[in-house]
Amino acid sequence: MFNIVQKRRWFFLLSALVILPGLAIMIFSTLTTGAPFRLSIDFLGGSIYELKFDGAGAAEDELRQVFTSFGDDNVIIQQIGQPGDYRWSVRAGFHDAGATNQILASLNDLAPVDRNSFRAETVSATIGQEVTRSALAAVAVGALVITGFIVIAFRQVPNAIRYGICAIAAMIHDILLVMGVMSLFGLLLGWEIDALFLTAVLTVVGFSVQDSIVVFDRIRENIPKHLGEPYETIVNRSIWETIHRSLATQLNAFFIMIAILLFGGETVKQFIAILFIGLLSGTYSSIFTAVPLLVAWEKGELPFIGKRDVIEEAAPAAA
Amino acid sequence: MSSHARWLIGIVILSAFCLWVASPPEFKGVQTEACAAASGDSLANLKCSENLEIDVNGDGAYEFVLNITQSLGLDLVGGLRVLLQAEIAADNFTPEDLGETANNVSRRVNALGLTEATVQVQGRDRILVELPGVRDPEQAIATIQQTALLEFVDFGGLANQVRSLVGAEIVTSEQVALRQNVAQTEEEEDPLAQRRAHPVSGLPFRTVMTGAGLQAASAVLSPPQGTGGPEWMINFEIKEEYQGIFGGFTRERIGEPMAIVLDGEVLSAPIIQAELASGGVITGQFTEAEANTLALQLRSGALPIPLRIESTHEVGATLGQESVRLSVQAGVIGVIVVLAFMLIYYRLPGFAADLALIVFILLNIAVFKLLPVTLTLPAITGFLISIGTAVDGNILIFERIKEELRAGLPLDAALRAGFDRAWTSIRDSNLSTIIICGVLFMFGQTPGASIVAGFAVTLAIGLALNLFTAVIVTRSFLYVIVSVFRNTIAQNRALLGA
Repeated sequence: MFNIVQKRRWFFLLSALVILPGLAIMIFSTLTTGAPFRLSIDFLGGSIYELKFDGAGAAEDELRQVFTSFGDDNVIIQQIGQPGDYRWSVRAGFHDAGATNQILASLNDLAPVDRNSFRAETVSATIGQEVTRSALAAVAVGALVITGFIVIAFRQVPNAIRYGICAIAAMIHDILLVMGVMSLFGLLLGWEIDALFLTAVLTVVGFSVQDSIVVFDRIRENIPKHLGEPYETIVNRSIWETIHRSLATQLNAFFIMIAILLFGGETVKQFIAILFIGLLSGTYSSIFTAVPLLVAWEKGELPFIGKRDVIEEAAPAAA
Repeated sequence: MSSHARWLIGIVILSAFCLWVASPPEFKGVQTEACAAASGDSLANLKCSENLEIDVNGDGAYEFVLNITQSLGLDLVGGLRVLLQAEIAADNFTPEDLGETANNVSRRVNALGLTEATVQVQGRDRILVELPGVRDPEQAIATIQQTALLEFVDFGGLANQVRSLVGAEIVTSEQVALRQNVAQTEEEEDPLAQRRAHPVSGLPFRTVMTGAGLQAASAVLSPPQGTGGPEWMINFEIKEEYQGIFGGFTRERIGEPMAIVLDGEVLSAPIIQAELASGGVITGQFTEAEANTLALQLRSGALPIPLRIESTHEVGATLGQESVRLSVQAGVIGVIVVLAFMLIYYRLPGFAADLALIVFILLNIAVFKLLPVTLTLPAITGFLISIGTAVDGNILIFERIKEELRAGLPLDAALRAGFDRAWTSIRDSNLSTIIICGVLFMFGQTPGASIVAGFAVTLAIGLALNLFTAVIVTRSFLYVIVSVFRNTIAQNRALLGA
């Protein structure tokens, strides 16, 4: 049985090698673009048009011209799909209903717009600020209730707080990783964080805690069963006993997500991709971060946490 | 009969019911196409809803009605959503005013023929309008936002000048009164100064009654008269409390013109033919479209609170249908792969898990239709994710059974231990994500993040139902399978994947 716990320093290093570049990318992004991520209109306000023209006639410059003539100089225009599809995505500022109608009419003059394949969203700055505020509130409340939940779920285990903190560390690991990836994709592919990104992150948190709980549950069960064994061995045994489950579960979630990525609609693909990366990280972190961290703590290897306290508390677990 | 067999019968009955609920409307005998084409009385003879209606005593009235409908969100059917914000501070009007404004908006969109429209008050100063399947979004937005002031204006003595006044902008006593109520800044130009006053007196025209006095108005085709063919005209009724004023005025002014003025513009100036106490008709060589528009303007009147648009979301019908098609396609392929994986990896228990997963899917779809849950693209995604993670409970149980078998426990004891010991893990782990769904649902209550709520609801329903299917349903299937094939299993442990 390969000793995962013994090799914990390597796994911590691996996590660091993924997370630290992510943080660096976020800092780089902040320095160059002013924010760690590209924020969508959900948070900033503005409008997005997805257009399909019935024929040729509209090129990027002409599209830009239309928006500039309505005083909107800062538009992002992208062609979607094949050039022969005449599909475009335009991100522009917030316009009132009158201006929007005139813009649409002007676009329709370039080439007929197919109204059945049209998608448009406009969000005022006020609504954007509200979404930002409640997104921050959701993150705060989410962190609070999940911490509370872990403490309650493990209340009968010695050192319940310690399990809770390790599960939260794994959760933060996953969040940082997803944020780093998102920052990178923002720079490379222009991905923007929207309300669904936050949904993906919180869902990842849910599943990450779910994974940690399954392994911790097994440790909780194995401690009285294997009295006399060193804590490290018990923990390592618990990981191996649950690893089939972790992998099989992960695999099934991936089957569904890959099916959506390959065959599903365009609108949710970015969301699913982030969820996919997050769940991968969640499974990894429950096995290779949360549990090894628990052992490191038990052995007094963590900086700033007194060793004396550890020996005292470790004793009943091993006795 | 063992308790597992009893459970199994219950599960089969439940599944059959869910299958029936989940089945498409056509399967229940709903005449979808005929209903779409029919209108009015002819609808009575058609079955147009999926609802379960039972007439116990045969009196023609239904004693028991179970509502079954799958409502689809705007992003799937196509349509327009508009969030409107009151342009004056919330302290300056009551919730009743806002409700009345919402009613007016509702009347206006219904007048456009958008019968499935929903208009809801949100918070203290917002109104959310959803218009599924709207054909002309610009017209809809324009209609909603209109803060029209409709007036019946005294044109007494102006019969000769009517022709030049129709289409012109005039100033009236009502406009002046309203203007005085609105706080004005000094540099702001008075729009009323541009409008024409009464040609004789030089004062504003006299407003007899505003649109507030109207009960109803509709465009009708007049019976053919002597020379010309049938003509479009507008039939209107007057509210009881205004009948005295309007009746009195029209009695005195028979033969004189009366102007119908919308937002200062003279729409038409018909000659009063008779005393009009409870209502009357407006004629004026209208086309059908003009008559309908004028009737609509008369009906919808003015909004008590001016509204501005805070956010809009428009989705073309084709895009919506395409999203549904792609989601279903992705879901079916994903589910087939999961079913195959479970069967290959866990053999006999995997087969039980597959049956449980099918029950799970049926249960979910039935719950969506019964509650009902409005399906949007994120909601469908949440459902699909819950299918992907639904087998997690089974996997926890089966891995446990394998372990116990390897540890030397006999088959029955291993099965029991597997289900018992995995339960706390399944419960706690599903609960953590359900809690997160609660947080997401709260986040989704913000108008700008409403799509999140759909995802949270379907994922949470999936996780909750999963506690039942992964444990009880799988257990019933597995025990019955094991008791039927006991001898084969004893000889061939590989069937249990162990």
